[in-house]
Amino acid sequence: MEYRIALAQLTPRLGDLEANFELARGWVRRADDQGARLTVFPELALTGYLLSDLVPEVAMRASDARLTALSREAPGMLVAIGFVEETESLRFCNSAALLRDGELIGVHRKVYLPTYGMFDEGRFTRHGDRIRSEAVGEPLGRIGLSICEDFWHASLPMLQAQDGARLLVNLAAGPARAPGSAAGLAAIAGWHKMQDTYALLGTVAVAFCNRVGNEEGLTFWGGSRLLAADGSIIAEAPLYEEALVVGALETDDLRMQRYSLPLLADERLELVRRELDRIIAERAGFPEPPDGDEA
Amino acid sequence: MTAERTPLPEIDAEQVIGIIVTFIRSQLEQTGFKRLVVGLSGGVDSATVAYLAVRAVGADNLLALLMPYRTSSPASETDALRVVEALGCRSERIDITPMVEPMLALIGDADDLATRVRRGNVLARQRMIVLYDRSAAFDALVAGTSNKTEALLGYGTLYGDMAAAIAPIGDLYKSQLRSVATALGVPAEILAKPPSADLWPGQTDEGELGASYDDLDRILFALVDRRWTAERCAAAGLDARLVAWVARRVARNEFKRQLPPVAKLSLRTPGVDHLYPRRRPGSRRGS
Repeated sequence: MEYRIALAQLTPRLGDLEANFELARGWVRRADDQGARLTVFPELALTGYLLSDLVPEVAMRASDARLTALSREAPGMLVAIGFVEETESLRFCNSAALLRDGELIGVHRKVYLPTYGMFDEGRFTRHGDRIRSEAVGEPLGRIGLSICEDFWHASLPMLQAQDGARLLVNLAAGPARAPGSAAGLAAIAGWHKMQDTYALLGTVAVAFCNRVGNEEGLTFWGGSRLLAADGSIIAEAPLYEEALVVGALETDDLRMQRYSLPLLADERLELVRRELDRIIAERAGFPEPPDGDEA
Repeated sequence: MTAERTPLPEIDAEQVIGIIVTFIRSQLEQTGFKRLVVGLSGGVDSATVAYLAVRAVGADNLLALLMPYRTSSPASETDALRVVEALGCRSERIDITPMVEPMLALIGDADDLATRVRRGNVLARQRMIVLYDRSAAFDALVAGTSNKTEALLGYGTLYGDMAAAIAPIGDLYKSQLRSVATALGVPAEILAKPPSADLWPGQTDEGELGASYDDLDRILFALVDRRWTAERCAAAGLDARLVAWVARRVARNEFKRQLPPVAKLSLRTPGVDHLYPRRRPGSRRGS
């Protein structure tokens, strides 16, 4: 069956929660008009990206009524949106909420915070410590949320695929590196290759929503994409411009893809774990775990 | 062969123009301004900024300032007027001669390089004073005209031509600016003439820097953007002495690209651990 997904490639207002909630409500309604059953917003869509010390000022609990209210704009629709989360233990995280009908279905806290080159995220936010997928009911079953840099670590999407995700949703705030040059095109091509590869190797659909606009001289490049589980492009947004892009995922195709290419089912997780345990032990100088090789 | 191993940094001019226009509009929106002021020298950098400004905010919202000194080349003013005419933007001509003569008298008329640079700095800083005053009167932000080559080499006057609210072409090398200027339709006369700060008669940038912008940009692109060592630059065929001179100059002028260090005394110090985006809710004018 067809499952319509909207990518809300917008420009958030830096530090302005109220304005961004208002924007988000409008985009949810527009996505609803186009029959979307899931709307994906970018990373930190409710706050803007280059917050620095504004982090505690815009932080909210995942259970915040303003967040849950957003999903009541469109009954039955799943909404994935980025915000600054203040956890119960008062950790400030770059998080994505998954909401439906006024209910919080799940939260993903960005695990990999880029703190190098033009990025300084680890200075202002704390990393998440869970990689899970969320149950959303048929026809998707489970979906895996991740945030921007998380996708540069193949372990995360592959774990989510093993955890049952049929769709990977990545919320991004990717600033353009060397836009307008060969290096800039190569950076975008890198993102595309990575998404294509996850779709292929994970036999999962991929929804990537990247923001646009400009903050403090950084320009965010957009180019949001919806990919089928064979890596083919279902929908693609333009570079650098705001756009609401809606595409239909054919869930029957996904089912047959899993039958004809049973990569996930064939994965030797116990072997992966044993080798990971060994590598971790060697790096940390722990005594070696017992060798599981057959005698 | 050398050209291939150590290329000039190429760009897609149309895409760059789109990004700079977005940047200018976003900065104005965030600050609550609608207008820009640009000091027009008659050279390619300020002409490019003026063209970009008009793309971003329209000719009615740009004030171009011509600020000649008595020794300025008449050709500079002619070329600046070409830009004003082509763009149809507002313009004002303010002769800075009477403003700077008392100060220049203090410096004296020795002709050594250090004294010439001091005099040049006075001209650049006086133009900054005029620009900022006119920006307040015109209710506008000052758009800077410094490029990346100048910023890296420190070839500019601190609090003079380097002073600005926004730096639209600050990440474009001089050699890249030409393709952007061409795409924008900057008059050919301006593109054709040798770049000059016109701070004293006969001055040219390339004469003063002692190398062509293309040579300097190849080296800067290798050293800065590609993170090459000086040895690797030389091995790839770049002039080792020029590479060493450029590397030294980039290092020596680091201070010009940063705010002055603050002696840290308190729990939170601006620029150290009091860190905010320049604009946030409540900081916009009129909010």
